[in-house]
Amino acid sequence: MATPPAIADTVAAAADDVLASNVAGFTAALLASGEAVLDSWLRAHGRTPTHRQVEGFRLLALHRQAAGGEPSFNACRESCRELVFQCNMAAAADDMAGRARRLRLAGMVLTHLGLFVGGKLEDAGLGEFCCSSRDLRRRGEAGGVTGAAMQGN
Amino acid sequence: MTDKYRKVAYYPGCALEGTGHAYNRSTKEVGKALGLELVELKNWNCCGAMEVKNIDPKLQTFLSARNLKIAEDMGFETVMAPCNGCYHNLKKAEHDLAHDPASQQVVDRLSAKAGQTAYQPGHVTTIHALDWIRDAIGTEGLRARVRNSLRGLKIANYYGCMYTRPRHIFPEKDKGPGSESTSKPHFMDDLLEAAGAENVEYPLKTACCGGAHTLSDSDTSTRLVLNLLTTAEACGADVIATECPTCHSGLEMHQARAEKVFGKKTQVKILYFTQLIGMALGLSARRVGVHENFSDSRELLRARGLG
Repeated sequence: MATPPAIADTVAAAADDVLASNVAGFTAALLASGEAVLDSWLRAHGRTPTHRQVEGFRLLALHRQAAGGEPSFNACRESCRELVFQCNMAAAADDMAGRARRLRLAGMVLTHLGLFVGGKLEDAGLGEFCCSSRDLRRRGEAGGVTGAAMQGN
Repeated sequence: MTDKYRKVAYYPGCALEGTGHAYNRSTKEVGKALGLELVELKNWNCCGAMEVKNIDPKLQTFLSARNLKIAEDMGFETVMAPCNGCYHNLKKAEHDLAHDPASQQVVDRLSAKAGQTAYQPGHVTTIHALDWIRDAIGTEGLRARVRNSLRGLKIANYYGCMYTRPRHIFPEKDKGPGSESTSKPHFMDDLLEAAGAENVEYPLKTACCGGAHTLSDSDTSTRLVLNLLTTAEACGADVIATECPTCHSGLEMHQARAEKVFGKKTQVKILYFTQLIGMALGLSARRVGVHENFSDSRELLRARGLG
């Protein structure tokens, strides 16, 4: 069973003043945890996670790398972008409550990302589950069901 | 009101005749209340949802192309699909037929075998129920028709992952002011704000609900939904507004399952956006099928003067 990243629980439980006094530290930890989630997906598929950045964030580069050839993975694209957005907003907020609120929202998004990728990893042996996934039989297309159906059988 | 979308072809899809019946009912009632006419496609077929796509995507293209052809033959240039899955599949068929000759060949062949004329891309535009109300009436037009404001109701708008994904099949989105955004959709927010509701910031608007996991791995779906629900509550929402029957059913069912299996109880209510707009227009909760929802929001609605 997928386990949500621990930093999300830490952020959820922390007091406003604790969060607001260390925005840079918490955003770095949240983003690093998101990167670790995507790292695990890539490594599980025998790929080496990139250290490049997209729009200044490794998380977005990792998502782009992970989604390559894997359309269903795009369902977490907005979660990755939202995580970056909330971290940016936390850094930009000029009041304690605002900074804490943004960090907590980022934690909730991170939890979802962890659950989504964890669920996909768990089910990897069962085939793709996503609504926008590729057809399961593409790899065997040459002699598979797709070819037969197209002949009108 | 503009004439645009005043009368459109209506493709309810299978879910709206089953678990999403309240969505079908409330969509039709809202249409009537707004003076918009829906003409249901004659002899429509299932869009293939997610199952056919996984076996043979081009067969799925044919299924949606057949529905588009029916709309065209009935004299319509626009077909409205309230279900995200149906909407997605019709849009994808349109895109594939325009860009993939092999898809058109399959549709031509299967249509000929069925004794039908094949659909050619560019003849029918597919819209969602959100586009329909927003573009036919407009937010100001809706605001002017509100008889029972949703004032005081805090709403998290949940669009699900198929309304905006993949981006390339929605060429009309991300076109700047006035268009829908694929990263932060807002059409439902706009309509419900016009109906008087207070939209809360909800960072999981387009996050996956685990819909397709429901049968193969229920625990993963329940955990994903539980996070959607607890996040909505943490954002201050009384209600999660939905615009997809699959997402809606998933939220309702896994809300109950989260309590039963994981002992995690959440209070947030789940309502179709058409039910909320219907009540704002003065329709009764019963008329828009609130009693058909699994998530019982009647007490909350009565307390807010919406029952």
